[in-house]
Amino acid sequence: MAGYLLRRLAYGLLLMAGVVILNFFLIRLAPGDPAEVIAGDMGGATAEVLAAIRADYGLDQPLLVQLGRYLGAMMQGDLGESYFFNRPVAELIGARIGPTILLVLAAQVISITIGVAMGVMAARKPNGVLSGAVSVVATIGYAVPVFWMGIMLIILFASIIPIFPVEGMADIRLRNEGWLERMIDILHHLALPAFSLAVIFLAIYARLSRASMLDVLGADYVRTARAKGASERSVLFRHALRNAALPVITVAGLQFGGLLSGALLVETVFNWPGMGTLAFDAILRRDYTLLLGVLFCAAAMVVIANIVTDLAYRLADPRLRGET
Amino acid sequence: MSAADPAAPRRPARAESPLREAWVMFRRNRPAMAGLALLVLIILATLYGALLYGGDPYEIVWAPHEPPGATPEFPLGTDYLGRDIVAGLLTGGGPTLAVGAAAALLTMLIGVTIGALAGYFGGAIDNLLMRFTEFFQVLPALLFAMVLVTLFSPSLTMIAIAIGLVSWPQTARLTRAEFLKIRKLEYVTAARAIGARDGRIMWRVILPNALPPLIVSATLTIGVAILFEAGLSFLGLGDPNTMSWGLMIGANRAYILSAWWPVTFPGLAIFLTVFAVSLVGDGLNDAFNPKLRER
Repeated sequence: MAGYLLRRLAYGLLLMAGVVILNFFLIRLAPGDPAEVIAGDMGGATAEVLAAIRADYGLDQPLLVQLGRYLGAMMQGDLGESYFFNRPVAELIGARIGPTILLVLAAQVISITIGVAMGVMAARKPNGVLSGAVSVVATIGYAVPVFWMGIMLIILFASIIPIFPVEGMADIRLRNEGWLERMIDILHHLALPAFSLAVIFLAIYARLSRASMLDVLGADYVRTARAKGASERSVLFRHALRNAALPVITVAGLQFGGLLSGALLVETVFNWPGMGTLAFDAILRRDYTLLLGVLFCAAAMVVIANIVTDLAYRLADPRLRGET
Repeated sequence: MSAADPAAPRRPARAESPLREAWVMFRRNRPAMAGLALLVLIILATLYGALLYGGDPYEIVWAPHEPPGATPEFPLGTDYLGRDIVAGLLTGGGPTLAVGAAAALLTMLIGVTIGALAGYFGGAIDNLLMRFTEFFQVLPALLFAMVLVTLFSPSLTMIAIAIGLVSWPQTARLTRAEFLKIRKLEYVTAARAIGARDGRIMWRVILPNALPPLIVSATLTIGVAILFEAGLSFLGLGDPNTMSWGLMIGANRAYILSAWWPVTFPGLAIFLTVFAVSLVGDGLNDAFNPKLRER
């Protein structure tokens, strides 16, 4: 297991090095002088600033030397300096990564729990009403633009049933309250963004777990479990779901990048102070160092999510446990 | 042993082409046919609707935020500048659909080529290409597309290219899986035995047989590409001079609490289009795999 984990981590690092190299060439392929591209065309870059950037990035050196330096710096966590905010990119992202992780994880938990529950219930009666409802929800979830879902929820909850806050992550008036009040406040703010994001993905899990449960419910060991008199609940959740969960884990891992992309859109709709709003600010200000830093960190999150998924899969599937 | 009734001569069973068979199945599938009809209607509306309707989507024609139904001239009301929403909807669909189709085409082109090469040759080539594919799967698609559009240009072409570049990995994986399965079949060995070259076997022997799942995936890719384009335009990263559904939502989002209609109708248009595409995709899937229908 440890050997496997090490290999997986090494491969993850290799993928991240790939992202850094891609970033490096993106800046150089973009039209214009790389120093000006880095400074951004709205920053009013003076000759000194440009010279400083050239020296910082070693733009007067041969391309391979430049790449080596850039790679070395990035892999040590030095993501460069934001020319708009005048602060290290790593620091800016560090302040925003928490809210994004909170949003993504909340949406992941909501969509998997509700989605799998819907799928299991639907699989019990493949031609029943609930089964039909799952298909409908799944098709709608696939077709709704996630940002529009968020806007519709804002309209609903801001003017018709005002029970959830529709903007930001915390109420500033509560900043002197105890941690419990502040945490409840954050969860209260989290409800709508997490739900908008979850609706889109819950459809995938409902459909997948329904198909997967239907497969498993026809298996011999389920018939055996029923024959020995196991209760319906035990058959569904102890025997069938454990096996039907494997594809759900795989897809949860594959969907992580999509979930993160969706989160970026949802953040801008709800003004959630995460990496999505940061990336959007970076784009508006043409702050390319910051934008590429966000891309780097988002890719790192996907790599980590993939490793976690692999580990979860190994824990869930006893057949893989012995392998290294 | 001839037929009992000489008046009805025994006809040899006619071999139906698989595509024809699929079409017959498809036609019986009501949701799929409804989706197809809706899709055709939407395409016609975006192609000819603006001509028939005649309004200019960019022109300020009335007071801002006129609610739908209040003035018969502007059935869906006006936006925050006083522009006609119906005219916007009819004009804004074209770019969305065009980018969606172009991006899906590019996705299939890259995905099928890489997947086919990996699946057919296997070994080191497969390994290398799959590592390359994994690398692209690590980049969060929307963010990468945002970077490409920002660094280069926010034109419709660039958006289509960006969406194509971020969505091909799944197609590549699917194509590879199909090629791995089919290349071991007898007719491929037979083709090789009569001296067909690799290129011919890949494109003329294996690909046609791998087509059904690829057609389904291409259909679904169009839906995803439309959602992508809408997301980018919503963020204001699209071409600011071209009306599109996503742009309409993005431009009006600051006023949603005083006027719900300028954001609701373009969103419904996107939803209905992608919904129609996905009904057609599901229908194609059922038509190509009749075994799966009971699910």
